[in-house]
Amino acid sequence: MQKDSTAKTILVAFLLCMVCSVLVSTAAVKLKSRQIENKKLDIKKNLLMATKLIDSTATKEVINETFKNVETKIVDLETGEFVTDVDVETFDAVKASKDPKRNVIIPSDKDLGKIKKRSKLEKVYFIKDGSQIAQIVLPVNGKGLWSTLYGFLALAPDTKTILGLGFYQHGETAGLGGEVDNPKWKAQWGGKVAFDNDWNPVVKVVKGSVIPSSTNAQHQVDGLSGATITSNGVTGLVNYWLGGHGFGPFLSKLRERGGN
Amino acid sequence: MKIKETIFDPLFKNNPIALQILGICSALAVTTKVETSLVMSVAVIAVTGFSNFFVSIIRNHIPSSIRIIVQMIVIASLVILTDQILKAYLYEVSKGLSVYISLIITNCIVMGRTEGFAMKNGPFISFLDGIGNGLGYSIVLIFVGVFRELFGSGSILGFKILPLVADGGWYQPNGMALLSPSAFFLIGFFIWGLRTWKKDQVEER
Repeated sequence: MQKDSTAKTILVAFLLCMVCSVLVSTAAVKLKSRQIENKKLDIKKNLLMATKLIDSTATKEVINETFKNVETKIVDLETGEFVTDVDVETFDAVKASKDPKRNVIIPSDKDLGKIKKRSKLEKVYFIKDGSQIAQIVLPVNGKGLWSTLYGFLALAPDTKTILGLGFYQHGETAGLGGEVDNPKWKAQWGGKVAFDNDWNPVVKVVKGSVIPSSTNAQHQVDGLSGATITSNGVTGLVNYWLGGHGFGPFLSKLRERGGN
Repeated sequence: MKIKETIFDPLFKNNPIALQILGICSALAVTTKVETSLVMSVAVIAVTGFSNFFVSIIRNHIPSSIRIIVQMIVIASLVILTDQILKAYLYEVSKGLSVYISLIITNCIVMGRTEGFAMKNGPFISFLDGIGNGLGYSIVLIFVGVFRELFGSGSILGFKILPLVADGGWYQPNGMALLSPSAFFLIGFFIWGLRTWKKDQVEER
């Protein structure tokens, strides 16, 4: 057969595509379970890092062992009530937020996190210390400069003291907006008060440094230098998820019930 | 064609980034840290080496009318394979490299070598040529990565070298070192240094 004949051209193209697609799909299928495991572990790790129960050097065993103290529940954000007919293991709020049947369009005046829509249901995590609730962890997300930041916010049982904040996925500029991952910056969140006296979320990532003598210092965190838009994005997303359109109703129900 | 020359010429004498000005895009994007630069380098070396090897094996059967597409398919398959392996075994690093691993497909060096070398030479020497060019790319990447991490974050491979003001030290990090344009300057300095050393690379006016 001639090298440049039509028949040979088609044959070569066909064979090559077959070989390559078999190769690629075999690799994808064989490695899939490992990749999913990595991803799940990474999310668990970041959740626990927000609660300060582990640090970034924790091994897989430590993460899984610590995660046994975490109770996961699903909440209907509008009513703030728990939902029991959805499987906690398989529910994925990020996926649900893209499904028209399971999401809610966020009115633009309330959309502080600039995410446009959210899932009707969200997961919440309770860190147990024996039978007592030690921490409440809420998943949060919102737009930064380039990307959507996904993370966890840990609250004390009084629902207004922030214990920690951390992001497990974002695409901000390394060294500027990417400093949301800086442990020093994250450490500032511990002990901040998320709400004012009327239970309005008033957290703010300020430009520059927080003035300690200011009356609002308890609500404020230092800005990320060179990353104003990411800083504002973090302010927006925390306030959105703690507000009336986010976890607000759930948190107020929790307070009525006395934290248990 | 000698084995030694095939591997070592692309390092300085015929560097793909510094002389041929190929593959700049990823050199700007992934070099904020030395670790990501290193992983990117290994990935590119593997892809250039093996794509050269496989293209060379089938070079006598590739119809010239679809040869570019054939090379593209080989390269793309290898890149996807690399990406999948990184996601499975080096998850943290692959998170740091995000889309840039898949963008090796568009790295001009890879295709430049399959089209320019592997289509005319045997599999073994082509493989070495791919490794050599990958190494040439790596040298520049690591050079840029070292300077950007040192001046931008005060560390190399995560170890603190210059204590930062934020951590109670004296070094005020240079934010621009972390932005892509700084890599342009560094590659410029690299080319300047290289051409001062090897005068024959200077273009005629």
